[in-house]
Amino acid sequence: MILTPIIIVGCVGLFFGIGLGIASKKLQVHIDPRIEKIAQLLPNANCGACGFPGCGGFARQVVAGKADPSSCVPGGSKIASQIAEILGVEAKTTEPMMAVVHCKGGTNEAKERAVYDGIEDCHAAAIAGNGSKLCTYGCFGLGTCVAACPFNAIEINTNGVAVVTIEKCTGCGKCVSVCPRGIIELIPKVHKIYIACSNHDRGAKVKKYCSVGCTSCSICVKTTPSGAITIQNNLPVLDYAKSDNFIPAAYKCPSKCFIDLVKARPKANIDTKCDGCGECITVCPIKDAITGEKGSRHVINKDLCIGCGICLDSCHVHAILLWGGLGYSSSDKSKRQMS
Amino acid sequence: MNIASIVQISIGAILINNFVLARFIGLCPFFGVSKKLSSATGMGMAVTFVLAVASTFTWIIDKYILVRFNATVLQTIVFILVIAALVQLVEMALLKYSPLLYEALGIYLPLITTNCAILGIAVINSQDNVFTGKPYTFIEGVINGIATGVGFTLALVLMAGIREKLELANIPKPLRGLPIAFITAGLMAIAFLGFSGLNFIQNSGG
Repeated sequence: MILTPIIIVGCVGLFFGIGLGIASKKLQVHIDPRIEKIAQLLPNANCGACGFPGCGGFARQVVAGKADPSSCVPGGSKIASQIAEILGVEAKTTEPMMAVVHCKGGTNEAKERAVYDGIEDCHAAAIAGNGSKLCTYGCFGLGTCVAACPFNAIEINTNGVAVVTIEKCTGCGKCVSVCPRGIIELIPKVHKIYIACSNHDRGAKVKKYCSVGCTSCSICVKTTPSGAITIQNNLPVLDYAKSDNFIPAAYKCPSKCFIDLVKARPKANIDTKCDGCGECITVCPIKDAITGEKGSRHVINKDLCIGCGICLDSCHVHAILLWGGLGYSSSDKSKRQMS
Repeated sequence: MNIASIVQISIGAILINNFVLARFIGLCPFFGVSKKLSSATGMGMAVTFVLAVASTFTWIIDKYILVRFNATVLQTIVFILVIAALVQLVEMALLKYSPLLYEALGIYLPLITTNCAILGIAVINSQDNVFTGKPYTFIEGVINGIATGVGFTLALVLMAGIREKLELANIPKPLRGLPIAFITAGLMAIAFLGFSGLNFIQNSGG
């Protein structure tokens, strides 16, 4: 009696097993094993920055030779080289990018003209009266970019402005395309400085409604002699391709529109080789940051020095070096003594 | 086999005994895949298709093997075996002959294997037809399977439509996401309770 169920289940199982076995042979589809290998390498965030539907789509296209191995933006050059190795081709190196929000005027800085109580979405706010701030260029702070980010790299800070966590940002550019104000941009990750204002209004008008708005005073243009900063439509445009030193511009800005992602810049220090030629004083963008009599060793005021490093090249005896940085700031003395 | 019984079974499976909203079977895809209307439709189609195929095969196996050898205790295990094998087969066939559809169904297709609605229809088909009081005939069983799939699709599409609208609603923070979806599903189930008033058994006359 106990044999009946065994035979029945066994036979049914055997029948379907054989059926599936035959079917898998008959219906076999040749899949390139490299596709699977590459798919495992990819971040699997399905962000779409490569232009293909998901990571699986990219893996198929790249094996088919229709996509470049370096097209995976979040993967960066590391994954690009790994893919290239699997495919046996040369990988182009890619510049790692990051998204930055060109606005820092939150509830503390930018004046409101209304209370927005609608759908928590920037596009909705743009339709319904163009947001609540007097500034019609800045961040809504409603988080459409936050929802779009596949890597949780953007958040709305307590001040009501979107900020990118650089460590998490892969530069896929999803937030760039969803921002209705178009104030998110991708910049090379090596540059730590960007302008945090998108306002095209004239200076006097901007001052009235945002304390950190750009007044297009063009001080940043003057402090960057190479011409990498130009004022276009009442707003400075930073040309990262010229790869210039933007540190003086960032620190000289009277409205503090720039954001420097480096928490603490290193400070310049003049050692005993100094012959007191005074050349460094003339190139230093900050007044009184370097002092000293002509002919005697010059001294750098550590509280004023912004660590731009311009004086390094001016010194003909190579007496100036940048000390510290990244780890401490001048306001954090205790940490400095410990290290 | 007449038109009346087909209509009976269809209306019964789609509205009165809707799998999701009246029997509470197949709730995982109901919540998992009801965020977007397009994917809900795709999932509904896939489930309907598998339901139709599964009800065909399980009816044959039930009638000609299990009932014949007096081994209906094995229903659950054999049905699961059949369903799993069928879904595998369907997946292979789709990949071979319609990669586009395969792509569109994506992960949902293998997940259907574990969808209790498929096992549910197999078990229900092995019981007596509530309208006639007799066991389901082959045609009735297949119709029941397809109608159940349509009912599932209906519930899924309705839910997806509501959830798409809910995305824009100003919902209190603790209720956002899944909680409000559960509440919505509860209200929909209450609404579908109204269909239980449709009584075919008395009016049909056989």
